[in-house]
Amino acid sequence: MSTTILEERKAQIHRTGEGAIDIACNRESLAGAVSQRACVFCGSRVVLYPIADALHLVHGPIGCAVYTWDIRGALSSGPELHRLSFSTDLQETDVIFGGEKKLEAALDELIDRHNPKAAFVYSTCIVGIIGDDLEAVCRKMTEKKGIPVLPVQSEGFKGSKRAGYLAACKAMFRLVGTEDVADVSPVSVNILGDFNLAGEIWIVREYFRKMGVEVVANITGDGRVRDVGRSHGAALNLVQCSGATLDLAKMMQEKYGTPYLRVSYLGIEDMADSLYQVADFFKDKDPGIVGRTEKLVRDELQTLMPELARMRKDLEGKKVAMYVGGSFKAFSLVKAFRHLGMQVVMVGSQTGTKEDYAELEQITDPGTVIIDDANPLELSHFIKEKDVDVFVGGVKERPIAFKLGVGFCDHNHERKEALEGFVGMLNFAREIHSSVMSPVWNFVPRRANRVAEAEKEAANE
Amino acid sequence: MSSATKAERPNYVSTTNACKLCTPLGASLAFRGVEGAIPFLHGSQGCATYMRRYVISHFREPVDIASSALGEKNAIYGGGPNLKKGILNVMKKYEPKLVGIATTCLTETIGDDVPMNIREFRDEFGDLDLPELVEVSTPSYNGTHVDGWHGAVRSMVEQLCTAKAADAHRVNILPNMVSCEDVRHLQDICRDFSIAATILPDISETLDGPALEDYVKIPSGGTPLEDIQAMSGSRGTIEFGRCLPKQTGGTSLEKAFGVKNHRIGLPIGLRESDRFFEALEQISGKDMPRRYELERGRLIDAYVDGHKYVAGKRAVVYGEEDLVVGLTAFLAEIGVDVVLAGTGARKKGLENAIAHVTDGVARMAPDVREGVDFNDIAEEAETLKPDLLIGHSKGYKYAKAWSVPLVRIGFPIHDRFGGQRILHLGYKGALSLYDTIVNTVIERKQSDSPVGYGYI
Ligand code: SF4
Ligand code: SF4
Repeated sequence: MSTTILEERKAQIHRTGEGAIDIACNRESLAGAVSQRACVFCGSRVVLYPIADALHLVHGPIGCAVYTWDIRGALSSGPELHRLSFSTDLQETDVIFGGEKKLEAALDELIDRHNPKAAFVYSTCIVGIIGDDLEAVCRKMTEKKGIPVLPVQSEGFKGSKRAGYLAACKAMFRLVGTEDVADVSPVSVNILGDFNLAGEIWIVREYFRKMGVEVVANITGDGRVRDVGRSHGAALNLVQCSGATLDLAKMMQEKYGTPYLRVSYLGIEDMADSLYQVADFFKDKDPGIVGRTEKLVRDELQTLMPELARMRKDLEGKKVAMYVGGSFKAFSLVKAFRHLGMQVVMVGSQTGTKEDYAELEQITDPGTVIIDDANPLELSHFIKEKDVDVFVGGVKERPIAFKLGVGFCDHNHERKEALEGFVGMLNFAREIHSSVMSPVWNFVPRRANRVAEAEKEAANE
Repeated sequence: MSSATKAERPNYVSTTNACKLCTPLGASLAFRGVEGAIPFLHGSQGCATYMRRYVISHFREPVDIASSALGEKNAIYGGGPNLKKGILNVMKKYEPKLVGIATTCLTETIGDDVPMNIREFRDEFGDLDLPELVEVSTPSYNGTHVDGWHGAVRSMVEQLCTAKAADAHRVNILPNMVSCEDVRHLQDICRDFSIAATILPDISETLDGPALEDYVKIPSGGTPLEDIQAMSGSRGTIEFGRCLPKQTGGTSLEKAFGVKNHRIGLPIGLRESDRFFEALEQISGKDMPRRYELERGRLIDAYVDGHKYVAGKRAVVYGEEDLVVGLTAFLAEIGVDVVLAGTGARKKGLENAIAHVTDGVARMAPDVREGVDFNDIAEEAETLKPDLLIGHSKGYKYAKAWSVPLVRIGFPIHDRFGGQRILHLGYKGALSLYDTIVNTVIERKQSDSPVGYGYI
C-alpha cells in the first residue's frame, strides 16, 4: 500500500480547530517527498532579481541560471538588465581548478558590456563545494570597475528559500546608505517586499502619490541601485511579504532607526488598512493626509464593489484551496475570498513560520487544512478530500488542479496579471470567476461522472 | 563561415541567455518515458524543483521529480544516506516500477558513488519488493540536457536489458528528444509496417495524458519494462541523431547482443524521412504502405505549390543539435537559406552533420556554431538579416527585437500552447512544418503590405 502522507510529514499538517496548533516548519525538505520548494539560491534570486539596473550573475553551472531566466513578471519602467540570464556556466576544468578566474573574467566583460550600476554575484551549490572566495573576487572587482560588486551567499543546499531571503537582504544592506538623502521628503516611505509583477508597484505608488507620500525606493520591483542607496532617507519602511525583505527592514531599523510597518496590497481590507496605517503614521507631519486617504479608498471602492457583488452571486459558497510561497500572502487571500463569498478549506505555504501558521489558524474556519512544504500527492489528496472548486498556486501547482478538474488562479511570482490594489482585486475576482465558472468542468471526468451518477440515481428513485 | 570571421569573434567567458539546459533535466525527461518510472535527482532540492517548473511550463502536465534534497551536512559527509532514504520514501508514496536516478553537479562534485550506494541499498533492503533502480551520471558542467537524455537512455538499455531475449519481429526505436505527437506518429507508422516497436523512451502518454477521474501518482503509458528487456531480441535498432555520442543505447545493444544498429538522422523533411522509411522496410521486410506513399507524394506536391513563397528566405535555426540538423536538412530542401545554425552544445560534429544532410540541395552552407548562447546568435544575426527565426520559445526576445517572426519548434515552448503536440517527424511532420512556415511567411507579407490581398 502506498502512502500519500509520509509519517515524517505528518507534523507539518494541521487542521484548524483540532487541538493546539504546533506545526513543524522551516525544516529541510524531506528526501524523496517531491517538495514544491526550491533552494536558497531561489530565495535570493526572487528578491534581488527585479533590481533592473544591476547585473545579476549566477556563478555556477548553467541550469541554475537558465531556469531563473526572466520567469517572473517583474516589470521595469526603465532599464531591463534584470531580464537577461548571465552565468559563468562552469565547466569541468573550473570545477577541478576553481572558478575564481572565470568569475573575474566574466564580471570584467559583462560590466564593460552592460555598464550596470551594481552587480550581484550569486553562489550556487557547486561554488560552495569548490570553495571559490566570492567575497575576495567581488572586492577586487568593486575596486577595478568602480561599481559595487556584491556577493550573494546563496548556495542552494545551505537551507531553504528563507535563508536565501536573508542572503539577499545582507547583500542589499551593503548598498543602503551610500547615496545622499538631503532632498528626501519627511513624508516618505520605501516599498519593501513587492516585485512589481505586471506593474503592481505602479498601482500602489499611484495611491501614495494621491496621498502625498514620496516613495524613495522600490525594493525591489522596478528597483534601482541608487534608490536602494538612499533608502535610509525614508521616514518609514513598508514591508510586504513576511519572509522576503523583513530582514532588511530590521537591519535598517537597527542602524538608521527607520521604523517599519507590515502591509499587504492584496484584497480590499488589507489594501485599505495598509493605506490608513501609513496615513496614521504621517498625520502629525501632514494633517490632510487622513482625509485624502479616505477619499481615495472611497473612490476606489465605489467602482469596485458593484462589480464584485455581481461576481459574488456566482461564486457564493465555492471552496478554495491555496498553496503559496510566503504565508503572509495567504492571510490577505483568505480575507479576499470572503468578499467573494468563498470559503478557504486548505492553505499551505513553502516558507511559513510558526507565528504565521498560528495566525492562519486564527483566521480560517474550523476544519481548514494548514500545511507546510507540501508536495503534489498531498495537495491532490486534500483538493479531493475537500472537493475544492478553485486552487490558487503557481506554475507547478497548476497541472495538479487541472488534472483533478479544478479551476486555477496563478498567484505566484510568475504571474503576469496585476492582482494588487483595488484594481488588482477586481482582476483577481475576474480571474477566479472566469476559471470557476468555465463550462469546461462539465466535461472533466471527475465532475462529469458525478453528474451522470446523480442523474442515474434520480432516475431510479 | 570562413575561419577568418570565426577568429574575429570575441570568445566570451560568460554565458548570456543560454541556448541549452542542464544535463539532469534531459535525463529526467527520458526517465519519464518509461512505464511506472519516477525520475529522481540526487542533489539539493532546488534543482529538481526548478526543472519541474520548467518542464511543466512546456507540457502542462504534472511532472513529479523526486530529489534526495541534500542539505549542508549531506554535502559535506556525502549524500548516500539521503539517497537511500529518498528512494524508500518514493517507494512508499509512488510505488514505482523504476526509479531513474540522475546525479547533479553537487553530487558529482562531492564525489558520491551512486552505483555503490545502489548496491548497498539493494543489500540492505533486499527483503522489500524493490523497483528497478537505474542510475546515470549527469554532471551539468559536462554537457547539456541532450547528453542527459542520451545518457539516461543508454543507462536504461545497459542496466535493464542484460540478457539475450528470444528473437522477435520487433524493432527498437531510440527517437531522441522529440515531441509526444512525434512518438505517437512513430507508433502508427510501425503498426502500419506490421512490426512491434519498442520506442525508448515513450513520452507520448506520460507527458501528454488525457483528463482522468483521479490524480494518478505516475501517469500510465511509457515504455514497458518487459519491452526494454526484450530489446536484445529485436530485428534491429533505429536511433535518430547524427550528433550522438559514440556510445549509445543502440551501440550497446549491437555490441552485447548483435542487434544491428541503424543510426540515421531525425526524420525531418523528405530525404531524412526517406532514410527512416528505408530502414523500416529493411528491418520489417515490408514495403512502404500506400498511405505513406501518399503522404510522401503530398509532401512533394506541397513543396511545389509553396516553393515561391519561401524561396530564398533567410533563416536562423537554433536548439538541440540533432533538431538543428534535421530542420536544416528540411529547410535546405524547400529552398530556405539557413544562414546560421546554432546549438548550445559543444563538440557534436554539427558542421559535418549539416554538410552531410544538405549535400546536393542547399543553396549555401550556413554558418554553423556550437557552444553558442543567444548573445552570440544576436551578434551574428544583426549582419545575417534573417527573415525567420526557427527554434524554441527562448528566441522570442530576439525575434521581437528584430521584428522577425519566430517559428516555434522544439523544447521548450513556453509562450505558446501545444508544444507537446507539434509534429516534426516523417512526411506528415514535414508537411505540417511546411504549412506552418509558409503561412508564417504569408502572414508577414500580408501584415507588411498596405494592400491587404485576399488571394495570395
Ligand atoms: S546545479 Fe547543476 S543540476 Fe542543478 S540546476 Fe544547476 S546546473 Fe542543473
Ligand atoms: S544547484 Fe543548488 S543553487 Fe542551483 S538550483 Fe540546484 S539547489 Fe539551487
